[in-house]
Amino acid sequence: MNNNDRHLISILMENEAGALSRVANLFSARGYNIESLTVAPTDDATLSRLTLVTCGNEQIIEQIIKQLNKLIDVVKLIDLSETDAIERELMLVKTKASGEQRAEMMRLAEIFGGRVLDVTEATYTIELTGPGSKLDNFLRAVEKDAILEVVRSGATGIARGQKALRA
Amino acid sequence: MEPITGAEILVRCLKEEGVEYLFGYPGGAVLHIYDALYNQEDIKHVLVRHEQAAVHAAEGYARASGKTGVVLVTSGPGVTNAVTGIADAYMDSIPLVVFSGQVPTALIGNDAFQEVDAVGITRPCVKHNFLVRDIKILAETIKKAFYIASTGRPGPVLIDLPKDITIGKAEFHYPKKIKLRSYNPTVKGHAGQIRKAVDLILSAKRPMIYTGGGVILSDGSPELVELTQLLGYPITNTLMGLGAYPATDKQFIGMLGMHGTYEANMAMHHCDVLIAIGARFDDRVTGKIDKFCPTARIVHVDIDPSSISKNVKVDIPIVGSVPNVLRAMINVIRDEKLRSDTEAVGRWWRQIDEWRAMKSLSYRPSAEVIKPQYVIEKLYRVTEGKAIITSDVGQHQMWAAQYYHFDRPRQWINSGGLGTMGFGLPAAMGAKLAFPDQDVACVTGDGSIQMMLQELATMKQYHTPVKIVNLNNGYLGMVRQWQEFFYQKRYCMTYFEALPDFVMLAEAYGHVGMRIEKPGDVEGALREAFALKDRTVFLDFVTDQTENVFPMIPSGGGQNEMLLAERDEMVSTHDEGMVLL
Repeated sequence: MNNNDRHLISILMENEAGALSRVANLFSARGYNIESLTVAPTDDATLSRLTLVTCGNEQIIEQIIKQLNKLIDVVKLIDLSETDAIERELMLVKTKASGEQRAEMMRLAEIFGGRVLDVTEATYTIELTGPGSKLDNFLRAVEKDAILEVVRSGATGIARGQKALRA
Repeated sequence: MEPITGAEILVRCLKEEGVEYLFGYPGGAVLHIYDALYNQEDIKHVLVRHEQAAVHAAEGYARASGKTGVVLVTSGPGVTNAVTGIADAYMDSIPLVVFSGQVPTALIGNDAFQEVDAVGITRPCVKHNFLVRDIKILAETIKKAFYIASTGRPGPVLIDLPKDITIGKAEFHYPKKIKLRSYNPTVKGHAGQIRKAVDLILSAKRPMIYTGGGVILSDGSPELVELTQLLGYPITNTLMGLGAYPATDKQFIGMLGMHGTYEANMAMHHCDVLIAIGARFDDRVTGKIDKFCPTARIVHVDIDPSSISKNVKVDIPIVGSVPNVLRAMINVIRDEKLRSDTEAVGRWWRQIDEWRAMKSLSYRPSAEVIKPQYVIEKLYRVTEGKAIITSDVGQHQMWAAQYYHFDRPRQWINSGGLGTMGFGLPAAMGAKLAFPDQDVACVTGDGSIQMMLQELATMKQYHTPVKIVNLNNGYLGMVRQWQEFFYQKRYCMTYFEALPDFVMLAEAYGHVGMRIEKPGDVEGALREAFALKDRTVFLDFVTDQTENVFPMIPSGGGQNEMLLAERDEMVSTHDEGMVLL
């Protein structure tokens, strides 16, 4: 396995004060990477779902998973990269949109399945969802000078099929 | 049911848990708890002189007895002082429950007097911690803390208690049992893995059993002894694992690692099957990782899955508690009448005996100056090998581990993982409280002892007669040794130009002090000290200032690259080794 293999790890944990810091602390204390992290309560209010993207070789990922499981607040977790899964991320992009740029920007947003949420004389604010790579591609397709602001939620995901991560 | 205060709930919970001793120090935030302790006699409170000592004493009690140690400190500096002890317990997996006071809930986050984020500060060095914000869950939280601390891989758990929680009232219900959906340690080993392991173990031609603190923590010593003797294989223990297998038995080939015996490290290096039990492949054991056990297939039994394949990739992992897994192995071997390769193992023993004949623990005796090793040998003889020995951290710790032969678990109590100077004295006090009828000695040095010296007063107050064996060479010996070997004898800040008169100091605290300067007086002084059953005796042994700990694997070396004694030319360790430390 490659040293920089990207893993999408999804964690079901107690919705308690400090649980998020335990996860974040673990990564900094042991020198692991967090590329992105997203967390929110689930339908069961006592549980939170935290999804993070990390990278490392096989041994590091194995340790990350074991160390996460060792945290008392972690109920269950799944490495979505090891299974057939859907990955999604939300991105909000504010772009310049004046003159000829306006039509071009609208067309690009449509191609990528985006929606324009806010319009001014000189700007568009576009919403896009998809796997991280698709969002990257959009940003590459837009002229660099045209991008005013980018906000990304971080990746989240769910396994395909009947498999469900529940307490 | 009549509502009672949070402080009273805490005391009731401790009684329910059968807590005998509470090690602590009062302060503003815990005044209500101390008030609740005032009118009761079931829980004996030990008033230490520094919060770090409260934790070490609780550790000493826990390590000696196997019970959970309990600590009570106040907010702010009370809990920051306790952090070193908590980190020490975390590294060595010692079950503790630590209660810290906190400013009232309404003031949290306001930088109130003696406020510190105790849960935040301790998070990286506890198994788990809690901030109690609702008195209704106080009893349940305490139950959880004891359960988490003492089960699975044990460790310290901290409960932070805002002052208003201790004052508020609620009905007291102590849950009989607790179940946590997110915490279920695996106790029973996987039968298929156990079977595979047994096959590999019995196929070995050059087997080696390597065991650590996990055997002691899980009370797995009887199963370990039975399995080892059933197999007839050589066994080594880590620093934390000493006593799990009797050191005087012929199958025991000494401690392994940086200051382990030649035979133990050579057997590790050359073995073809390594059976690792309750050990975590620490860097002091493995030396340079890519030179570690180059020809071995490895079985690893541990209750903590994250210990497995963390430093060294293993072939057959078994997650489970040591006694449970070893009992299953013994049963498979017995039931199926399986046999090991006795012929090959016989050849292997002949090889090990050749390594043994190197006598790697020999040292040059002296008639003029006291050799520190000699003091430990005499300590062993005078106590007939039966005393509980605690130690501080440094050269004396290694000599105690090498020259006192521990025949039973929980007899050797030291700070292995964190390496905390100052640990030994309060730990001895805790061990003595757990076993008042047993001899307890604290092996220490002039550096370490000065870090927790104030506890001599606590020991006077609570009548814990301990014998303090101070190997006084005027140096921070282990650091001096490294400066000699690796920094061309540039002894920077390792010599104490001023030391107190330890005899007068001991007497000032109400104890007996002795200064011993001649080898001929060592045994007599020890006999005299141990005859004073009800007194703490401070034995200040003036020892050889230049003595070094051997054998030694220099950093970055493999297990077969040992320096045996002064006669070996000290090759300067390479850059990579210097980084490894």
